[in-house]
Amino acid sequence: MKIAVCIKRVPDSETRVKIAADGKSLDEAGIKFVLNPYDEFAVEEALRRKEQAGAGEVAVICLGPAAAQETIRTALAMGADRGVLLQADKIPIDPFETAKLIAAELKGATWDLILFGRMAIDDYNTQVGPLVAELLGLPCVTAVSHLDIEGTKGVAEREIEGGIEVVEFPLPAVLTADKGLNEPRYPALKGIMAAKKKPLEVKPVQPGPGTLEIVALTPPPDRKEGKIVGEGAGAVGELVRLLREEAKVL
Amino acid sequence: MTTLAVLEQRDGVLRKISHEVVTAAQRLGGSVEAVVCAAAPVQGADQAAKFGADKIVTLTNPAFAKYAPEACAQALADRAKQGGYRTIVFAASATGKDLGPRVAAKLGVGVAADLTDLVTDGDALLVTRPVYAGKALLKVKVRSQPAVASLRPNVFTPVERPKAGAAETVAVNVLAGRVTVREIKAAPAGTLDVAEAQIIISGGRGLKEPANFKVLEELARAFGGRAAVGASRAVVDAGWRAHADQVGQTGKTVSPSLYIAVGISGAIQHLAGMRTSKVIVAINKDKDAPIFKVADYGVVGDLFEIVPRLTEEIRKLHG
Repeated sequence: MKIAVCIKRVPDSETRVKIAADGKSLDEAGIKFVLNPYDEFAVEEALRRKEQAGAGEVAVICLGPAAAQETIRTALAMGADRGVLLQADKIPIDPFETAKLIAAELKGATWDLILFGRMAIDDYNTQVGPLVAELLGLPCVTAVSHLDIEGTKGVAEREIEGGIEVVEFPLPAVLTADKGLNEPRYPALKGIMAAKKKPLEVKPVQPGPGTLEIVALTPPPDRKEGKIVGEGAGAVGELVRLLREEAKVL
Repeated sequence: MTTLAVLEQRDGVLRKISHEVVTAAQRLGGSVEAVVCAAAPVQGADQAAKFGADKIVTLTNPAFAKYAPEACAQALADRAKQGGYRTIVFAASATGKDLGPRVAAKLGVGVAADLTDLVTDGDALLVTRPVYAGKALLKVKVRSQPAVASLRPNVFTPVERPKAGAAETVAVNVLAGRVTVREIKAAPAGTLDVAEAQIIISGGRGLKEPANFKVLEELARAFGGRAAVGASRAVVDAGWRAHADQVGQTGKTVSPSLYIAVGISGAIQHLAGMRTSKVIVAINKDKDAPIFKVADYGVVGDLFEIVPRLTEEIRKLHG
């Protein structure tokens, strides 16, 4: 099994968001960056598939700044074999530009599976996987929470509103991983040491301008100051009155 | 200027989220063409007229009996290329998140995804999308022709603006595709999905054990089929509730009219999934829990006393 996993370096979700002086971006000072949580499911799935097959390669591909080498090392510490950093100062705001760069890199080899996380937790774009699949002309299943592969046939499950869709597809394919697909392993100390010696190729890339332009990054509107209605079951009458008369939701 | 509003159907019935898509599309000005992929005429498709569709096009193909991602994407991209639409609008639903990028890529663009607002701005589209777990809003100008957008569910409240809604059925010739839906395992009858519910009652670790979720289920039932029971990440990870019920960063993003958080402290990952709810109620024994910072109304105390009383009161209201 030859598997590519496309990952992203994102701010930890606990990060306190401070907007930079340009009013259009995140002030990155003091921010802790991590491997996107959904990408952990993708890395884990790739490792399990390779282990089951008994042979193969798991390559990790990441578009990002030089510091994203650290993110790639996290995936290598989990057990991936090698990494490629498509190095750009900034990740394009237009996901189609990101997809074009990743697709161009993937085109250089044949893969049995190309895995992504379902979405990145910073920009919520939820689309680079399927965009890349279209650019490569490969079948794609998004938001996979269960996966069976037999030879070159796959069956995936994905959560939809009110149920689960059972989807059949042929390999090679592009899949995006949802929570529930597996339980990602923590890198062991041995893995962390080994990751330092694994190949990590850095390729500078020049993202195109794209068709999206950031106008502003702003804090969300403050929610109207809430109130504590009261304590215990005795406050329920007043709560219901407020929901009916003030909030008008009952 | 025409906007293409992509509707959704399941089992030949128009999905309600389609009303939101048409509502948002007509806000852009110009005319709205609603389009749906189906195997046969779609029950309820005519309702798109009520919300502002000038024209309702059903693209038919036997492959569309179940969701056929590749065939639908091809049919919609073909239509988009012919029609010269300024904007193509999807719902950011499970299907829309899957289909939108496929269509966009065929048109050589990306998707302005999961929008909470969109307006026409001269030649461009000005959109707003929550980022960084809802801790910031990104305003973006979309200059692509066409612009492809997807809308966060439950944000664009359907508004009736009746239009002609001239119906047209077009049989399309597309390949069934390599990716096929074999079956849909439906949730038990009567369970409403948290992503679609107008009222959500979510429980966290404060419920103490899985069986206690029955107090939330009783409250949900008191709302007469309009409410769903959600869960925090902690209780999903503990195996108490299904992942489908999880609200938050690694679960669903919801915007119901009323969100009742019960025994949930309010970690940032949870807030990310529900902070755009219209009215938030928190019930928690810890008066310092962060959930009270985003709640409109809070009740401090023992949920096992408070929730059953609330259930009684709601039952009285619904007679």
